[in-house]
Amino acid sequence: MAEYKLLTKDFGMDGIQSLAVYERSGGYEGLRKALGTMTPDELVEEVKTSGIRGRGGAGFPTGLKWSFLPKGVHPRYLCVNADESEPGCFKDRALIDENPHQLIEGTLIAAYAIQAPIAFIYIRGEYHDQRLLLERCVEEARAAGYIGQGILGSDFSCDIIIHGGAGAYICGEETALIDSLEGFRGQPRLKPPFPAVKGLYGKPTVVNNVETLSNLPHIVIRGGAWFASVGAEKSTGTRLFCCSGHINRPGTYEMQLGTPIRELLEDECRGIWKGHSLKAFQPGGGSMQVLLPEHLDLPLEMDAVQKAGSALGAGAMVFMDETTCMVDVSMRLVDFYQHESCGKCAPCREGTYFESDLMHRLEAGVLTPAELSTLTDICDNMNGKCFCPLGDTATWFVMSAYQAFRGEFEEHCGAGGCPVKQRNAQLVSA
Amino acid sequence: MNVLTPRTRAEIEWQRDRYPQARSAVLPSLWAVQHQLGYLSPEGMAEVAELLRLTPSEVEAVASFYSMYFDHPGGRHHVLVCINVSCALRGAEEIVSHLERRLGCPSGGTTEDGAFTWEQTVECLGACGGAPAMQVDHHFQENLTPERVDAILDGVRGAPAGEGPQARPHSSRGSSAPRAS
Ligand SMILES: Cc1cc2nc3c(=O)[nH]c(=O)nc-3n(C[C@H](O)[C@H](O)[C@H](O)COP(=O)(O)O)c2cc1C
Ligand code: SF4
Ligand code: FES
Repeated sequence: MAEYKLLTKDFGMDGIQSLAVYERSGGYEGLRKALGTMTPDELVEEVKTSGIRGRGGAGFPTGLKWSFLPKGVHPRYLCVNADESEPGCFKDRALIDENPHQLIEGTLIAAYAIQAPIAFIYIRGEYHDQRLLLERCVEEARAAGYIGQGILGSDFSCDIIIHGGAGAYICGEETALIDSLEGFRGQPRLKPPFPAVKGLYGKPTVVNNVETLSNLPHIVIRGGAWFASVGAEKSTGTRLFCCSGHINRPGTYEMQLGTPIRELLEDECRGIWKGHSLKAFQPGGGSMQVLLPEHLDLPLEMDAVQKAGSALGAGAMVFMDETTCMVDVSMRLVDFYQHESCGKCAPCREGTYFESDLMHRLEAGVLTPAELSTLTDICDNMNGKCFCPLGDTATWFVMSAYQAFRGEFEEHCGAGGCPVKQRNAQLVSA
Repeated sequence: MNVLTPRTRAEIEWQRDRYPQARSAVLPSLWAVQHQLGYLSPEGMAEVAELLRLTPSEVEAVASFYSMYFDHPGGRHHVLVCINVSCALRGAEEIVSHLERRLGCPSGGTTEDGAFTWEQTVECLGACGGAPAMQVDHHFQENLTPERVDAILDGVRGAPAGEGPQARPHSSRGSSAPRAS
């Protein structure tokens, strides 16, 4: 099965970033249909029928999330999560670069569904050019009457504000995002209350991912029932998979959910590079557990991957060939979490520090076996005991790699260097 | 005495007035200050505080949380190299050691002529499909090789501060496979 192009249908079309070309390709017809023919409640029902689940990582059903907003409490806000910082993930950037108006249209449809007078697009600071592009597109859409007072002659009014972050992975977590958007250090808040009840400025708030929202024009135009017929039963529609690492053709590929992972690797990524073989892969970005070649026949389906002990997460697939040192990979990921820990709770703030220190000494080959055995303790003291999922997930990859590649971890103890890299060097010189 | 130009102050006031609550404008205001001064000086942050009706320490506490704000002046151009997994798998270490040699200073340092400040980062930049990748003055540079890095640096060196070359737009192969380098 090849790619299934729904969100990526117009990727690469000349000038698609301009309003005129987007309109010519059917753009803003979804918004027109929603405003002209559906009440907000009908729209929420349609999205429920589609079965779409959030693409930001947790996979929560979108229509259901919207229906949690308390009745009659206004104003409400929509926050678009464009903080994309999960290691291995670059699909939201592609969706902005390649079809910014699709995101803006989806944002307006969601804002109408929840009756939000303002939608904020929180975009990570590193996506500087993407922020400027979105700002230009918002101005263009405003001038054409898609944003502002009485949109398309309806009584719905909505403004969009693009808000740039400044380098903090944790601001992708929805309550930290809200904190940051309010002008504070971006640290997670205690839930409940959930943002749906008490979010931005203390008002009911929905936070949705860029990809989730980019689906909405298609759901409105083609109908929720049609959407539910695409993909797998409990993972409807498509997803953009960000493929990177040791493959012949890295990139984002839009696949129907339910397609075997092997097809993504072999047909789209064109297999592992240099005639090498697959050693391991991560199916959901840096936060998710390692999977092995035997898992390639799993379908790209949230629940199936979860049953195998990992998760599709944010849709980032990182493939590693046999030359890869799993200690080195674990060390880099642990470093990432140590750097990104927001410091609010001790298990994560201290735990990521211990993890990082240990992994650096292991990779350098100066750790003792007794010290290595403390890794499990360190992680046990974090997983499930942190204030937010960042601290928990800081243990997932390294623990799964330690289990699957225990020999490789142990081999590093007292080796005086990285044994995997030494072997690779010998192979090259032989 | 104001250190911010009337233009920067006007930008901050515009930001302040467009949010339901003025405090939301802290991050955009700090960006405006950094854009003008190249970093966040205590005086610049104090002016943000005055315009947003906050205390200087409130603004400083926010600024210090975010890794993209600089608390001291750097080179005219900023180079940020990703060393997270997807980039490491495709040669980030080679790029890092090349930059170290070529620029003559370790990560975090500034070249003697003041042209470049460079650093490696564990923060994935969102360019893993074009790994190894870096940003020069916020613009993506992907599919790096030492030769490509040299060409990029040579192209930027003489340009005005902060004006790195605009990366070519994302072209499409598959859905958005990265451009061939
Ligand atoms: C540490 C952490 C980082 C996250 N980063 C992101 C992110 O960059 N983008 C995103 O959409 N969701 C991210 N999430 C998930 C959000 O909290 C939230 O669930 C999501 O934005 C909801 O959107 P959705 O329902 O459309 O998926 C993150 C969660 C955690 C715990
Ligand atoms: S788990 Fe880490 S990121 Fe989350 S609140 Fe605690 S310190 Fe902050
Ligand atoms: S790992 Fe380097 S850009 Fe993602």
